[in-house]
Amino acid sequence: MDFTHDEEQVALRDAVRGLLGRKYADFEERRRTARGELGFDETVWKQLAEMGVLGLPFDEEHGGMGAGPVEVGLVASEVGRVLAPEPFLAAVVLGGGAVAAAGTDEQKAELLGALAAGERRLALAHTDGATPVTAAEADGGWMLTGAKEPVLGGDAETLVVSAALPGGGTGLFVVDGEACERATGPAFDGSRVSRVVLSGTAATPLGEPGADASAALARVLDLGRLAACHEALGGMEVALQATTAYLKSRKQFGVPLNTFQALNFRAADMYVSLELTRSIVAWATMMVAESDAGLAHEAVLRAALQVSRAGRHVGQEAIQLHGGIAMTAEYLVGNITSHLTALDHLLGDGQQHLAELAGAVDGYPGLDPLAPTMRSASTQ
Amino acid sequence: MRLELSAEDQAFREEMAASFTRVVPEEIRTAVLEGQEVTAEMIRTSQKALNAEGLAVPHWPVEWGGRGWTELQRHLWHEEMVRAGVPSPLPFNTSMIGPVLAQFASQEMKERFLPATANLDIWWSQGFSEPDAGSDLAGLRTTAVRDGEDWVVNGQKTWTTLGQYGDWIFTLVRTDPEAKKQLGISMLLIDMTTPGVEVRPIELIDGGHEVNEVWFTDVRVPGENLVGEVNQGWTMAKFLLGNERVGVAPVALVKRMLASAKERAGDRLDDPLTRARIAELENQLLALELTALRVVAHSADGEPHPASSVLKLRGTELQQAVSELAVDLAGPAALVPGSLEQADAPDWARRSAPVYLNYRKASIYGGSNEIQRQIIARTILGL
Repeated sequence: MDFTHDEEQVALRDAVRGLLGRKYADFEERRRTARGELGFDETVWKQLAEMGVLGLPFDEEHGGMGAGPVEVGLVASEVGRVLAPEPFLAAVVLGGGAVAAAGTDEQKAELLGALAAGERRLALAHTDGATPVTAAEADGGWMLTGAKEPVLGGDAETLVVSAALPGGGTGLFVVDGEACERATGPAFDGSRVSRVVLSGTAATPLGEPGADASAALARVLDLGRLAACHEALGGMEVALQATTAYLKSRKQFGVPLNTFQALNFRAADMYVSLELTRSIVAWATMMVAESDAGLAHEAVLRAALQVSRAGRHVGQEAIQLHGGIAMTAEYLVGNITSHLTALDHLLGDGQQHLAELAGAVDGYPGLDPLAPTMRSASTQ
Repeated sequence: MRLELSAEDQAFREEMAASFTRVVPEEIRTAVLEGQEVTAEMIRTSQKALNAEGLAVPHWPVEWGGRGWTELQRHLWHEEMVRAGVPSPLPFNTSMIGPVLAQFASQEMKERFLPATANLDIWWSQGFSEPDAGSDLAGLRTTAVRDGEDWVVNGQKTWTTLGQYGDWIFTLVRTDPEAKKQLGISMLLIDMTTPGVEVRPIELIDGGHEVNEVWFTDVRVPGENLVGEVNQGWTMAKFLLGNERVGVAPVALVKRMLASAKERAGDRLDDPLTRARIAELENQLLALELTALRVVAHSADGEPHPASSVLKLRGTELQQAVSELAVDLAGPAALVPGSLEQADAPDWARRSAPVYLNYRKASIYGGSNEIQRQIIARTILGL
């Protein structure tokens, strides 16, 4: 049992923190970048590619770095600390992750290679709009019809779209972004989110044509939830740091705010939430790296439930303890709370995760994180 | 980062699980697991059995019965002990006064007391809190005045848990009324059979007799019973309370309580709200247990990990929440008196409300949860 990072992992974190932290040290720079036409900084994206970050979790033979969930988590956390607008979660973890999970070797080499080089962005279009997307085979090819929304980073060059297969099950398809009818705008937190409409749009099956990709898709969604947990954790860390710094420096009634115990205690409770979350997210990351899909899925749900609860607690309290300044768009803290809210709802929120966990609650006596099965043996 | 235990630690865990069921009599473990009354005699029998196998005081210095285990191994020891239904070794002996004596006492005093303390031949009581010195312990007023070779003690201690069984009591007494309050305190060991010592029961809201007042009226204590130096008591108190905070994170206990509650829930588990409540508690407890593991896996050289202050605070909150769940699962059956010989309501349901009421103490003792928040705010967040 070891919760620490090795030297290479620390070096990766420091490198990413160096790049993103420097670029977005001034929050105004982040705002300006996010409001730009692209929504992120192309130079930073290229630098991330040069560092190997855009190919981080993919096999080396496909242009990747062969790293795992621990490394992805470190990067996501750094993204979350400064609210970097570069679409790491959307393009690498979700879009690239789908290709890595379901694509043929040829598709992986082509798509992941271009992604890792910073030449092409991918996005996963999974959540259906009012008209669920269905796939049909025609003239030896495949066509998709329906609407996907919200699609995070959906203005990417290439989309991986999930669709109901004619014979049942869910298929994954590669679609040229330009071939869809797309509308993209900023979500409430500034994330770039698209509505993608497909009307008999030509699509290439990812992996074996017509095969059910549900298991691969489920895995990718779990990897996405886990990365979102890390991103949220990074945001929460900074929200607490900013709050304690503010309590020490801001004066009212002629004294610093940390003169008031009522405020300090609330900050202490934020710390408790943060530490508990740090522990369970680290554990879930190791579970995803080391366990089978079923246990990994449950571990991710458990981490995501805790992140949902803690993210709301820390985010809400960070604003309250700052007061009015944290309500302003130009101040980092309120924006972190906004982004935590977006991450919470991207791939199922705490309430949904709790419902799934509650459904299975009578199937075991208790939890034991040290047991390979995660279940404690009965006491008797 | 690596999840699984090393082969050595895994083997250690299995060895612990096997040892506890072998060493401690089954009727005692059953009483604990089923939440029946655990008598003083059971606690004595259990601790002596543990001590004979080197399992009572593994965290003490090796020359006094310690085992030189890692923090993780100690955690596994405690976890498996609680899971097997073994009553924890008396904390006043093993977690409080034992380590203090091992650290601060003279060789003569160590030899006199430590073996008997480990073996529960002496049942220790704690004489710290007073009516006007709770969280602000340094405000204590019980005095010890030098008279020839002896100390003469006058005053009152309170909240003395299980004091009715106590053979000896370790006390903090004021030996220099002129000094700044922390600097005029000493630690004295007092034989509770000495004339002038009186133990008076305090009845609690759960109907039980768990704590006492201990009165001292012109109690003569031999000078040799002073621990360490005169006026060094506050240093020892801080040392002891620091150990206590780590020791009172009840992760294993709450796990057992929650598993029992779930098992007893029966049809109530058909209710989605109940299921969600249990699932949420399990998840909160999992996060706490993983935090405890993080702390024990990375506490270097006895320096507490910063997150250790979370353990007492959150552990007691969850302990209280699970005891509250049990009362809700019992429903009206909670009102059926435990004293009735015949009743349809099961024992656990009839005991659930007293347990719930009893556990309100958990966020008060061992440094109240407000003190824990103060520690987090000050020493971790720098507020």
